[in-house]
Amino acid sequence: MAGIRKTARRATLYGRLSAFVVFSAFPFYWMVIATFKRDHDLYAPANNPFVFNEPPTLDHLRTLLFDTHFLTYLGNTFRVGLAVSAITLLLAVPAAYSLARWAKRWGEALGIGIFLTYLVPSTILFLPLSRFTAGWGLQNSLWSLILVYPTFTVPFCTWLLMGFFKAIPRDIEEQAMVDGLSRLGALVRVVLPLSISGLLTVVVFSFTLSMHEFIYALTFISDSAAKTVSIGVPTELVRGDVFQWGPLMAGALIASIPVAVVYTFFLDRFVSGFTMGAVK
Amino acid sequence: MARVEVRGLSKRFGGFQALDEVGLTAREGEFLVLLGPSGCGKTTLLRLIAGIEEPSRGEVLIDGRVVNDVPPRLRNVAMVFQSYALYPHMTVRENIGFPLKMHHIPKAAAAGKVEEAAGMFGIGGLLDRRPRELSGGERQRVALARAVVRNPSVFLLDEPLSNLDAKLRVSAREELRRFQRRIGVTTIYVTHDQVEAMGLGDRIVVMNRGSIRQVGEPREIYERPADTFVAGFIGSPPMNLVEQGDRLVGFRPERFLPAALTPKADAVAWSFDVTWVEDLGAERLVYGTLGGKASEGRVVSRIPASVPIAIEAGRAYPFSVDRVDLRWFDRATGLRTEGGAP
Ligand SMILES: Nc1ncnc2c1ncn2[C@@H]1O[C@H](COP(=O)(O)OP(=O)(O)O)[C@@H](O)[C@H]1O
Ligand SMILES: [Mg+2]
Repeated sequence: MAGIRKTARRATLYGRLSAFVVFSAFPFYWMVIATFKRDHDLYAPANNPFVFNEPPTLDHLRTLLFDTHFLTYLGNTFRVGLAVSAITLLLAVPAAYSLARWAKRWGEALGIGIFLTYLVPSTILFLPLSRFTAGWGLQNSLWSLILVYPTFTVPFCTWLLMGFFKAIPRDIEEQAMVDGLSRLGALVRVVLPLSISGLLTVVVFSFTLSMHEFIYALTFISDSAAKTVSIGVPTELVRGDVFQWGPLMAGALIASIPVAVVYTFFLDRFVSGFTMGAVK
Repeated sequence: MARVEVRGLSKRFGGFQALDEVGLTAREGEFLVLLGPSGCGKTTLLRLIAGIEEPSRGEVLIDGRVVNDVPPRLRNVAMVFQSYALYPHMTVRENIGFPLKMHHIPKAAAAGKVEEAAGMFGIGGLLDRRPRELSGGERQRVALARAVVRNPSVFLLDEPLSNLDAKLRVSAREELRRFQRRIGVTTIYVTHDQVEAMGLGDRIVVMNRGSIRQVGEPREIYERPADTFVAGFIGSPPMNLVEQGDRLVGFRPERFLPAALTPKADAVAWSFDVTWVEDLGAERLVYGTLGGKASEGRVVSRIPASVPIAIEAGRAYPFSVDRVDLRWFDRATGLRTEGGAP
């Protein structure tokens, strides 16, 4: 009797789980088959859309890699992502540390205030910011993105890191200062190693946030040589109302693979990162 | 070894006065215990001496030198935090060796010192573990080993035994005392446990609400408390305090005994209305009130098991205290005053 109930519970659990897996994996599945489907197969209404009805092809991949600037876009995306992650770390670590340790009562309020700026949509900000990039002569330069993306990564990551720093007992840092370190030394030798999952989270977040960004990239960059994937792929592969689905999906697939790999490898650290404040 | 002195030391947290004009000297090689109830400012005083906290007013001197502007790392003090504050990402070996590494001691020499310090506290076998794999007692030893490893001139210990269970605490106390005697480093030890303070201290500093109430050797503090706070804080059960006119008379429970046991000539006698008797094996605690001219204050008597006199709740007995064992306190100020007839 109990055994049956247990089995039933497991069945419901796995049932729900599978529903979620199907729901979230479906876009990836679609990207994969659309990448390798012949156009005729994709567009023929009589065909089953979920499987290959004709033999797969590498044509779309070839178009993407050799007839577009996709590799340049990919390179730009990585350059921007890395630079933004570095800037974000450099700014968010000291900001979060000071807010977490010194600002006391005001720290919490300031932290939330900073976080709120993250919620101001870029559809409002792109106008003033495009004047800013124009004023600095940065149109069509990757630097416009590298300087503007931190305006949303830094607030978010500062708020995120505050939680990590607060979770580290003050005693440990003070012990390090008695044991022979300056406050800065204690931050570097003790606090940062203990918040390694926070730092990784910051890197992954700023990287993916800048990878996904569309509006700034669209308004600041029009030169193909300086486009990122998120803007280059749709502008070059959507001509008027003609969508080149094959190459489009191939581009999306390639751009999402590194992110998927990073998330998979660091998922444990991520999860522990997000729940650390809660359990400690 | 060093002399530690604080002068007129005050610390405010916002509107809260955590320490108020504290003055104190720990002599070279002394084991000085800071004793007081929770929240009286003991940890704050220790942190000011270590340099982790800045005083609002006053000076901290180590070996006669004002160190107010010297950062903690240059004060050559070692501190054991109440939480032990072990570095969770390092092994025991790395934890103990950390202060040496930060002071650029050559690796080979440092390794030897780490082994030696670990051996001193019997944790030589745990060197490759991480703090989370240790028991409370083992963590405490690691924290102590890390404190001694670089021969500091002062030890600051903040309730290092409070996280241990009662049995372990007694043996740890003894070890700690023996160890301090051997290396002779000036030690300031914080506790809220008066038994620990009495057992460990060369001298005890009794604190309350941010100020010092009395400094003295354990026996002196026990026998001649400076005021009613100290009288009521030290001893278990503490000193009996009974109103008498504009003064309070105090006497220790173990001095308040059946009249048959005290010499008649110089004893003060009361009729003791017993309300409750606790037999603890080695002794009996007898609770009740004083009849007669004394007020209705509640008092306790502590009678060793070797006294066979039968005592029952609900009856009155003649009890007395030798006159030399009476202490007198001013009712208004709480301060002890000299002698006087009841
Ligand atoms: N950083 C701080 N901010 C505000 N109040 C504090 C701070 N540190 C200590 N206090 C207050 O000062 C008083 C003394 O604290 P503490 O020295 O830790 O007491 P003890 O160690 O004797 O228990 C307590 O009332 C505590 O709440
Ligand atoms: Mg304390």
